[in-house]
Order: sequence, then structure tokens, then C-alpha cells
Amino acid sequence: MRIVLRLLVFTKKYWRVLLFAFICLIATTAFSLIIPRVLGQGIDTVLSSGQRHSLIIAAIIIISASILRGLTAYSNRYLTQVVSQRVSYDIRNAIYDRLQRLSFAYHDKAQTGQLMSRATVDIEAVRRFLGEGLLTLGQTVLLIGGIAYILIALDWKLALLTLAFMPAIAWRAIVVGKRLRPVWLRVQQLMGALGTTLQESLSGIRVVKAFSRQQAESQKFAADARKLYDAQTGAARLQALNMPMMAFLLSLPTALILWYGGGQVITGSLTMGGITQFILYMGMLAQPIRRLGFIVNMFSRTVSAGQRILEIIDAESLVKEKTNATKLGKLNGQVSFENVSFSYDSLGPALNDISFSVQPGQLVALLGGSGSGKSTLINLISRFYDVSSGHITVDGIDIRDVTLVSLRRNVAIAQQDVFLFSATIRDNIAYGAPEATMEQIVTAAKAAQIHDFIQSLPDSYNTWVGERGVTLSGGEKQRLVIARALLMNPSILILDDSTSSVDAETEHLIRLALDKLIQGRTTFIITHRLPIIRNADIILMLKDGHIAEMGKHEKLMARDGLYRQTYLSQLAATQDSAEKLTEAQ
Amino acid sequence: MWRLHSTLDARDEDGVLGKVYDSRVIRRLPKYLAWVKSDLARAVAGTLTRTVANLAMPYLVFIATDKFIKTGNLGGLSIAALAYLGAALLMWGGQYLETLYLSYAGQRILFRLRTEMFDHLHQLSLSFFDHNKVGKIMSRVQNDVDQLQTLLTQDIVMLAADVLTLIAITVIMMTMNARLALLTLTVVPVLAIVMAVWQQYARRVFIRVRQAIAVVNDNLQETISGVRVVQSLSREEVNLGQFNTVNKANLDANVEAVKLQAVMMPTVQILTDGAFVLVLIFGGFQVLAGQTTPGVLLAFLLYIQRFFAPVQELTMLYTDLQMAMASGARIFELIDVKPEIKDSPQAVEMPPLKGEVKFQHVGFAYDPGTEILHDIDLTVNPGETVAIAGRTGAGKSSLTSLIARFYEVTKGEVLIDGYNVNSVTQQSLRHQIGIVPQDPFLFSGSIEDNIKYGHLEASHEEVIEAAKAAGVHDSITLMERGYDTQVGERGGNLSAGQRQLVCLARAILANPAILILDEATSSVDTNTERIMQASLQRLSHGRTCIIIAHRLSTVTNADRIIVLEHGKIAETGSHRELMAKQGLYHHMFETLSAPTLEQYHPA
Repeated sequence: MRIVLRLLVFTKKYWRVLLFAFICLIATTAFSLIIPRVLGQGIDTVLSSGQRHSLIIAAIIIISASILRGLTAYSNRYLTQVVSQRVSYDIRNAIYDRLQRLSFAYHDKAQTGQLMSRATVDIEAVRRFLGEGLLTLGQTVLLIGGIAYILIALDWKLALLTLAFMPAIAWRAIVVGKRLRPVWLRVQQLMGALGTTLQESLSGIRVVKAFSRQQAESQKFAADARKLYDAQTGAARLQALNMPMMAFLLSLPTALILWYGGGQVITGSLTMGGITQFILYMGMLAQPIRRLGFIVNMFSRTVSAGQRILEIIDAESLVKEKTNATKLGKLNGQVSFENVSFSYDSLGPALNDISFSVQPGQLVALLGGSGSGKSTLINLISRFYDVSSGHITVDGIDIRDVTLVSLRRNVAIAQQDVFLFSATIRDNIAYGAPEATMEQIVTAAKAAQIHDFIQSLPDSYNTWVGERGVTLSGGEKQRLVIARALLMNPSILILDDSTSSVDAETEHLIRLALDKLIQGRTTFIITHRLPIIRNADIILMLKDGHIAEMGKHEKLMARDGLYRQTYLSQLAATQDSAEKLTEAQ
Repeated sequence: MWRLHSTLDARDEDGVLGKVYDSRVIRRLPKYLAWVKSDLARAVAGTLTRTVANLAMPYLVFIATDKFIKTGNLGGLSIAALAYLGAALLMWGGQYLETLYLSYAGQRILFRLRTEMFDHLHQLSLSFFDHNKVGKIMSRVQNDVDQLQTLLTQDIVMLAADVLTLIAITVIMMTMNARLALLTLTVVPVLAIVMAVWQQYARRVFIRVRQAIAVVNDNLQETISGVRVVQSLSREEVNLGQFNTVNKANLDANVEAVKLQAVMMPTVQILTDGAFVLVLIFGGFQVLAGQTTPGVLLAFLLYIQRFFAPVQELTMLYTDLQMAMASGARIFELIDVKPEIKDSPQAVEMPPLKGEVKFQHVGFAYDPGTEILHDIDLTVNPGETVAIAGRTGAGKSSLTSLIARFYEVTKGEVLIDGYNVNSVTQQSLRHQIGIVPQDPFLFSGSIEDNIKYGHLEASHEEVIEAAKAAGVHDSITLMERGYDTQVGERGGNLSAGQRQLVCLARAILANPAILILDEATSSVDTNTERIMQASLQRLSHGRTCIIIAHRLSTVTNADRIIVLEHGKIAETGSHRELMAKQGLYHHMFETLSAPTLEQYHPA
């Protein structure tokens, strides 16, 4: 209930429209109730007086009531639907904004498919409840009340006899709804599981085929599909028994009316028109009562959907701006870590007591084994995660005291997981600086050694890439991403292993360019390439989340530590070839 | 080469709504209906019972009023009331059968269609997946199958029931009072015209709504996938503005649709009331003139109440049918895609391999006309380690893909131990080839599950051994849950290098006769790579290894190096020979190695 109330808050803005819709709904119901009454009176007229003109009058009343009902029904339908559409528009915007502002910690755990289903299926479920569910509920209540009143006025004994069935029907609807709830929940979960199996098997098709696992995958999928089948047919059995039962419960009073009311007509205490009215009113109740079951169903769907939506909207970003955060101007590029520790919650500490300081314009190389915390460390500089303890300062200011936008404008990252948007190459390079001129874009592309390649494409910078565009090789994508970072003209540039899948020649070109790129800015680079490491002003040798060694190449080589080992082993790997190389020359 | 068309996009109109009657789809349906014959037969029996009971009710009211109430026959009245009750019970039973067996039939079709499509997709060769995005294929297996199922079960039965009801009501009314019936039914043509006009508008608006929401969802999906880039480049404001624009367009399209939708119900109601009035006036006149009875009047009113519900349902069905036809067309299009690579009927089991790989005049193209590999002649001896070098796009990955027959050669042949790869079963061939692909893909599950992927019976010790050989054991044991650590979509908290190593361990555990590494260690640090190189040297004893790498250190360890350039073998030989040649290989690595040398020698 609390969840539904929270959802109703979204409709608050539109309360005037909703009020008007409700008035229209009352009018619609009133006009609906008039029609059988006039019809019944018409029949009595036919049977008793035989006056033709009173029949015509009845007809005119019916038609006018019908037209008025049509108009008011249109209004309330239209208005509630529009409000529901507007609310879903508002919720969608809210979710979108929340999602793009939630920190990396959230997205590390969230699955794209799950988030998408909340933003699509769940919003639609909530919208339908607001647009149809509430309307039908209101209509049903008003209609039952109105009909009860009229019937009691007409013949209270017969009325009570027939209306006695209503609580039974309502109770039944609620019981069934309650029973269906866990079943639907299970169906939803199984559908999600089936989707995941499908997606994984298709995304990993190369692996599936390489290991000849088609059959095992098919069996897994069939088992999942089977479970879904069982859950769905279970729900069907519940529904099959109960939905028609409600229709049956509703025909009972009609049979009673026929039998008891008919008897009264014979004894003369009820007219033919009276019994007609009773039967027509019962017919009118059939539709809304049948829908009562749907509403109960819809209600429980809405509660679970609303819960999932609110989970996103209520999710607090772990990285929050202070209320008095200041704007950061153009940085000089000084970066300090003071006793920084960090952990991705459940796992052990990813970084432990890291301290170092980098002067503007210096080149920092990060080294370390897989999982030693290199990527984690650089993600902290842009404040994608907050440190668990310690401080990070830029130009002496704690990064938690400044606005995220102003911080990130100064720090550009070429990330390891290359991501391109469905847009032109030009738009992708200018993604962080949409107002950049063509000259600036070309300059960045040239610096990243991708300009010549772009020019070789038929549409040059207007070539479409991403989901619906041309496929680029890993190396080409990486260079585009470097260009994208460069265009930001950042004070702090971070390159996360972004040259790993580039061939030797291209890598060489990028490295030449890098010498120019790092001029005048602080650069962090994660790499295993020795020449770059050798030239670094500071080498950070990471091991299991702490700094094992730190300093310049010569200093570290003088010590018989991890760096020296790593360097020598790498050198040994190339030494062999290097010697061969010299021999050959 | 077969490609699915862009109908998947839901951006063109036929992709959203098909024709109401699409013979290409209809022709295929009997096969699926045959799956659920008995369920459908029971459902139809239920529908018939329900319809008959529903139609009997007003007639019973008519008999009760005219025969018994008018004559004061209380006994007869009781019987009529009991009969009414009986009809209601029948209706319950009928509806029960209908709902239950329609669901059974529907779910059964869903289950079989889904598994059939899944199996079929796994028969298709990789080139299909190169051209079709996973998301689009998924939507066919999920949404379109659902839509078609609705057509096959509910829609067809409802259509039949509705048409039947309409005809039956017309016949009953005609027999009860032909003149009154004809008069009442004059509203039907009016209704038909209104519906036809409405449909025209609705179709257009409906398509717009679908297109608008597709754009919204694409936009959302992309932002979620690229959220790391969005945040690092501070694009939040710009993106929100863009999203708001498409979201607003979707709102507008929906409001437009609402205007139309809201018209429907009131219109049908006004026409129903119009029919009521016609009955009241003309029926009333007839009663006054003694030409008909009040019971007929009452029955007419009740039949009219029952007449317009199916009419309304039919209007809704019209759109459903169009959607189902479009979905059906998409499903059959997918099912009809022929696997490019099939086991030939005479395919034999590949015996245990020695590991000789031979390319004879092999030419290959992903798309006809644009050949990627030209006239490749190459023999790799059993147990040999061969490195393939070359620029990005030279055809290295394509070359290795042909060994496992992921693609079919366009010219020449690939022989393994003398067997042409297309003369043996794919299963027996691939079972003996281990491939570590460029893009490290992990399935959701534990790390152990992932390593065991190609060799399910492996013991925990064997898993550890493989992980050690891949150089990833130490970092796995450092994790809190060790080999039970759950990984998934993005590999959980594993770094890119760790993911590559897990994939390598997976291939090692499968213990293949031929091991192919396609830049399998690009994201691995040098130290780990050293460990791995050492174990690879050990592993390469007695098996053929084919390695693609950019790193000089990886390449130089090979027995032989093949240099590819523009899809041709440009050079081949040992590192020493190739360097001496001063050709392409020399050129490629000279630039890279020169600084290293400088640094090495002064030291």
C-alpha cells in the first residue's frame, strides 16, 4: 500500500485534471443508470396505458442520456489516460536521470537487462494501473453503489436478495488475486532467468561453438523454458477455475430475480418493467465485476513493479556532491593520495593505504599484476568511487569538496572497455565536448593517429559507428577513444591500458604522439610497455592493493625489489628477440 | 550470405503491423496447431458450450415472461429459473475448459517454438551472428513468439467464438421477430463504417507509438551500457536533454493515440443505446398493436447487450492479428535461415588428432566479392608452435577461425590430419581444438564453472591445475570466495587480464590437440605473461599451437612465424630468418624494439 501511495505522489501535479475526470466519471455512471430505468418504465407504459407519445419521450430521454454519457465517458477516459501517460513520462525521465548519476559501484552490480525491464515493462504496468485500474475501480464502486440504491428503491426485498451475492464475489476476487500474486512473481522471475540464458548463450556463441556445447546449452534452455511452462500453466489453472466462477456467481441473482421477481409479477406486487430493470441492471454489473479480478491482479503487479521502480529512484549514489561544493577552475594538475584505502564492499580491500603525490605535468606509470588495483586507483581520481578512508586532493583541494562536473572536466580517461555510441565518428569524438569545432576534432584525431583511417572511410567523419554502424577493429576503437579524451584538453589525462589490442606499428605511432600529448598535463598511464615506463617521472608498482615500490626507474632498479624483477623478466622476454634483432642487423 | 532485414528495428511500418491475412504466415500455422490439437479441441468444445449457454439465457428469460409469468404458471417459472441456473453452470464449465486449455495450448506452443528457435540459432554459423545483433534476435525469440502464440490460441478461438455469437444472435432475433430484428440491426452497418474509418487512423497512430517507444528504449539502453563514458565526460545534462526530447515525442504520440482509443467505447455504447431505443419504440408499437409480446421485447434488449461485446472484441482483434502476422513473418524468417555450415550426411567422426593443419589454396570472404584471404598455402606440423603476425585487419583471426570451421572457405580446402574439415562432424572436430578468443567471454556462474565449461567432468584438482598453468590461480585464491566467486555479464570484479586468463584456463582444461590463442593475453601484465609463457611452453609439448599476438615476446618464442599482409602470406620463417630478410616483419618490429634496445645496451 505504501508503494502505491508513493506512486500516487507522481499524480499530484495533475490533481485538477484528475478531479475533473472524476466528476466526469460520476456523470457517466449517473447517465448509465438512467437508461435501464427509462427502458423499464417504457415497457410498463407499453403494457399499461398504451400511449405512444410517452414511448417517444422515453426514447428521447434514453438517446440524450446516452449521448451525454458518451461525452463524459470520453472525457474521463481521455483525461485519465493522458495523466497516466504524463506520469510515465515523468517516471521515465526520473529513472533516466537517476541511472546516469548513480556511481560506478551501482552499475558494477546492475545488469543492463534488469534495468531495462524496469524502465519499460514495470513503468508500463504502473501506467496501466493509473490509467485503467484506478478508473475501473472507481467506476465499479460507483456503479455497484448506484445500482444498489436504485434496486432497493424499486423493491428492497428482491434487491437485498440479489445484492447479498456481491460480498461473496468481491471476497472471491480478492482471494484469487492473493493466490495469484506469488505465482505471477515466480513467472516474472523465470522469464528473467530464461532471458538471461538466451542472452548469454547468444553473446557467447563463439565460446559455445568452440567447445561444442550447443547441446548442453539447449538442454539448459529447455529446462528453464519447462519451468516457465509449469509456472504459467499453474497460473492458468487458478484463473480457469476462478474467473468463470465470478461470472457464475453473478448469474445466480439473475435466476433469483426471474424466479422470485416473476412470482411477484404474478401476484401483482412487481411490474413487468420492474423485472426488466432488475435484469438489465444485473447485466450492467457483469462487466465491472468481471474486471474486479483483473484489478486485483493488476494491483499486485503494480505493487511489485512500483517497488522495482522506486528502488532505482530511491537508490542513493554512493558518490554525492556536498551541498556547498565549489566549482573547480582549470587545474594545474597536481594530484595527491593521502593514506587512501578503498574496497568494493563485499570483497576485501582493493586498495590499502596508498600515498603519493604527483606534480603538474608529470608522467605516472602504474604497474602491477592482474587485479593488483591499477584500474581501481585511477577510477578514484575522477571520483567514480569514493575512498573508504584517506583523502585525494587535486591542486591541494579535496575532490569531495568540488562539484563532480567541474572535477571531471579536468580529468579525461581513455577507458579499458571501449564503448562507442550509435552516432557518427565525429559525434563520438566530440561526445564530451559537443560544441567542439571540426578543426579541434581533426586535431584530436590526428594526435590519436586515427585521422588517416577516418579519412579512408567513405563518409569520413560522418561515418556511423556503434550498434547500427560500421564495425571497427579493437585498435581503431581504442584510438577513437583516445581522441575523445584528448578533445577535452584535460589537465589530467588517464590512459587505462588503452593500447593493448593495437598492432605493433600503430602502437608505435600512438607512442610517438603520446610524447606530444602529455606535454603540459599530468598523465597517468597503465601499461606494460617498458619504454614508456622508463620515461615516467613516477612509477607506482602495485601489489595486492598497496604500493610495493615507488619512484623513478633508476632508483627502483638500484633496489632488488619487485620492480626490478618485473622489469628484468620483461626485458628477458624481449632480450632474446633483441639479441636476435641485433644479430640480424 | 543470408541476413535478416531491418524489419527487426520496429522502425518501418510493416515491421510493426503486418497484413491481417499474410499467406506466408498462415500457410505455416497448421504445423504448430497440430502440436496442440487435443488441447485446442477441448478449448473449442468449451467455447461452444459457453456461447450456447450465453445465448440460451435471454431466451429462457423470454420463455419465463411470455409463457409463465403472463399465464401465472409458478411451477413453469421455477423450471425456467432452474434452467437459467443450469445455463449459468454450463457457462462456467465451458469457460473453465476454454481458459484452461487455451492456456495449455498457448504455453505448449511457446515452449516448443522457443526451444526450436534456440536450437536452430545454435545450428547457425558465426557469420549469422556477425550480421545480427543479439538484442534483435532475442526480441524474436521472446516477444514475437509470445505474439504468435496469442494468435494461434486466443485470437483464432476468439475470432471463431465472436463470429459464431454474432451469427447466432442474428438468427435467433430473426426467428423471434424478423421485422424488429432487421430494424434493430440497422445500427450494425453504421458501426461497421465507424470501425473501418477508426482502424485507418488507429493503424497510423499505433505505428507511431511503437516507433516512438523503440527510440526511447534504444536511447535508454545506450546510456546504461555507456554510463561509464557518460560520467567520465560529464555528459549527464546534455543526455538528459536529448532523452527528454525523445521521451516527449513518445508522450505526444501516446496522447494522440489516447484521443482515438477513448472514442471507441463511448461510440459503441451510443450505438447500443440506439439499438435499445429502436427496440423500445418499434417493439413497443408492435406490442401495442398486438403484433408481438413483452417477452420478445425483453429478450431483444438482452440480446443487444450481448451483441456489441463481440463486435468490440473484433475491433481489438484486428490490430492483434496484424501484430501477430508481423511477428509470425519475423519468426519464420529466422527459422528459415539455413545454417551455412552443416555436417555433411557422410560426415565421419574425427579420430584423435595428431595435430597437423594444412591450408591448400584457401580463399575466404565474409561477404561475397570482398575476399579477406587469398590463396593461403600453409602446413603446420603436429606439435609445432606457429605465431601469426600482421597488421590489424590482415586476416589473422579469419585464418584461425577456418581451422575450427566456424566459417566455410570460399576456395581451396583446410585439412586436419589429412581430413578435410567439412568431411567430419563439427562436434568431433571442435572437441579437439581449443580456442581462446580475443574477447574474453564469461558465463554467469562461478569461476570454477567457467573453467570447467569445456570439460564438465573435470575434478577440482584439474581445475586448479589449469588455473595454475594459465597463471591465474594465485589471484583467484586471493578472492574471498576463491573458485566460487560469481562472475557474469561484465565478469564481475575481475579485471580484463584476469578474464583473459580464466578463458585460457578453460581452453587448457579441455586439453585439445590443437590450441589457438587469438590475442589471448593482450590485457595481461608482463609478469603474468611470463609465467604463462613458461607454462605454455610446457603445454605445447605434444600439441599444435597457433598464436596470434602483437607482442614481440610472444611471437619470438614460436617455432615459426607467419606474417600476413592484406590476406596473403607475406613472409614465413623463424624470427632470426625474418629479421635477416629485412622485410615486412623487420619493419613491423624494428620501430617497436629499437627503444628497448637502446635502453638495454647502455645499462
